[in-house]
Amino acid sequence: MQAMSYIEGVAAPLPIPNLDTDQIMPKQFLKGINKEGLAQGVLYDLRFDDKGVSRPDCVLNQTAYKGAGILVGAENFGCGSSREHAVWGLMQMGIKAVIAPSFGEIFYSNAINNRLLVARVSERDADRITAVIRSNPGIAVALDIEALVIAVAEEKLPFQLAPRHRDAFLGGLDMIETTLRETNKIKAFASAWAAQNPWLDNVGGKVALSANPRKAISQP
Amino acid sequence: MKSCSQARTLYQKMVDSHTVQILDEHNVLLYVDLHLMNEYTSPQAFAGLDAADRAVAVPGAHVAVVDHIIPTHPVRPRVIQDPASALQAINLRRNCERHGITLYDTNDERQGIEHIIAPELGMIRPGMVVLCGDSHTTTYGALGALGFGVGTSEIEHILATQTLVYRVASEMRIRVNGQLPLGALAKDLILHIIGSIGAQGARGYAVEFCGAAIDALSVEARMTLCNMAVEAGARAALIAPDKKTIEYVLARASDIDDDIRDRAVSAWASLFSDENASVDKEFLFDASEVEPQVTWGTSPDQTVGVTHLTPALESISSPMQREAARRAFQYMGLAPGTSLLGLPVHRVFIGSCTNARIEDLRVVAGMVQGRRVADGVRAMVVPGSGSVRLQAEQEGIADILVAAGFEWRQPGCSMCLAMNDDVLEPQERCASTTNRNFEGRQGRAGRTHLMSPAMAAAAAIAGKIIDVRTFTI
Repeated sequence: MQAMSYIEGVAAPLPIPNLDTDQIMPKQFLKGINKEGLAQGVLYDLRFDDKGVSRPDCVLNQTAYKGAGILVGAENFGCGSSREHAVWGLMQMGIKAVIAPSFGEIFYSNAINNRLLVARVSERDADRITAVIRSNPGIAVALDIEALVIAVAEEKLPFQLAPRHRDAFLGGLDMIETTLRETNKIKAFASAWAAQNPWLDNVGGKVALSANPRKAISQP
Repeated sequence: MKSCSQARTLYQKMVDSHTVQILDEHNVLLYVDLHLMNEYTSPQAFAGLDAADRAVAVPGAHVAVVDHIIPTHPVRPRVIQDPASALQAINLRRNCERHGITLYDTNDERQGIEHIIAPELGMIRPGMVVLCGDSHTTTYGALGALGFGVGTSEIEHILATQTLVYRVASEMRIRVNGQLPLGALAKDLILHIIGSIGAQGARGYAVEFCGAAIDALSVEARMTLCNMAVEAGARAALIAPDKKTIEYVLARASDIDDDIRDRAVSAWASLFSDENASVDKEFLFDASEVEPQVTWGTSPDQTVGVTHLTPALESISSPMQREAARRAFQYMGLAPGTSLLGLPVHRVFIGSCTNARIEDLRVVAGMVQGRRVADGVRAMVVPGSGSVRLQAEQEGIADILVAAGFEWRQPGCSMCLAMNDDVLEPQERCASTTNRNFEGRQGRAGRTHLMSPAMAAAAAIAGKIIDVRTFTI
């Protein structure tokens, strides 16, 4: 992953609470075996009508917000389904950061793992930024990941990002590679754990090999 | 993180016991006992593994099943016609074969929804960490296992390392005293809780459910409860294992033989929250106040007791929530401050990892026996697994359902998220036993009302939303 310390772009307002990942990436776009071609699916029902025609009422279709690189959402942005396709699609569409008061937990981790910046701000500041970008369509917003500051118009507002996640952006670490350096420690843990709890070890393999007697169901 | 000498919650015990390494103040490297996969969130993880030329660290700790995209037409052998979906199934088979991972494939008689087959085949045991690329992995808390959903990048991490870089959650206790009244089921209880604390009321928290009403629930009902905890934003749900849990697990986990059974049971006896263990937040509910629930909106917290009116917009104080409610009413074709009783439904869907277990189907069969689905209503029952389907056939449930005019389908996720060909038409109104009423979830412009299997069965017979407690048609 590439290191990243600063994001700047046009910000589009999406003040919809509980904007779930089913809406961000509808089911018909989940049928691939790779990550490609997801930009089209982003917020599909909001952006397009049932005939596939762009809906002019959607900010993402409005000239001023065209090519937006930042979304400003509402509370619990990205709640619901674990589908990482939502994050891949947003990034393929050119979104580099989402600013919101809170995020769905799995979406949040998925975003961090793909270096989509998820900037948590107070509800007041989210409202403030939304108001500014609505009254100045197309205005640039900048996020300084080192300083954890959002600059919009003349204002500078703080945002939250855990130190570990901030380091991930600034350092561009490969998480799997980092964990694999601890392989010996993991193996030692696993063998001690299995000796202590043999009923938790290799369960997928064991259940497949067992007769799987059809006593699976509770009796009436 | 608290030290081991202090009073600890069940969640802390689970996290502590699985911590390979403390990474920083908030993150640990968590060991994963079991990882479940489906055909649509795993392909890119396998591709990433291959691209980096990495192996699966512990193949026996993974299991895969085809469930999200599979058609549920009542024909055998099952064939996936849609080319993209067929490719996902073929790809999953290829990945599992290459890495030595157990797959419950399209025509395996044990195939079913991942969160239904894993417990019923005895894979889920108390004290286990179970992860899956699906948000409803919280289901396993019902068995005293720490389960939660992960994304595809994390799936790749688990495949490569058998661990997860895990942000430790805050903790919440939800105590439910009293007894659920007649007509109210676990589904009504969890909808009532979500309606009360909100769709993000438990966001960031691992939730432990406890209290007399939880103790009284069957293991399957507890799965319904924990399954939907994620709809309040919970990162995990837990219920301390009790006698019922242990009976359930031992009846199914055939590899736990005489040699280790006593050891296992005594280890499980320590899986409870210590008396003085503190949590960050606590809620108290009285089960006797729970009415049969129906959702009116497009978020699972937009729910009311069936005899109540939908909220008036003026009663919602936050302007943004008011706007969300206005938008939800418009999408659902409903008005604020009105009753849902008598609202006609076009479709009834009984299924999903929330409510497609044998106990759910018994409830439905008990209600519809000798009755007929209302004219003009299309009602489907999609059992949660091949085992549930077979059991329902052996118990005569399938015959009752078919005689009543229900479609008796093959197992899968089906119209819960409509990735297969079970989809609502625009404006179709559906009484659904699933977990999400999100806009477009069951089909573009489709209108989903979440409810219990009993309420959905009543709606099927009446052709409209009725109060199951007055069901005498």
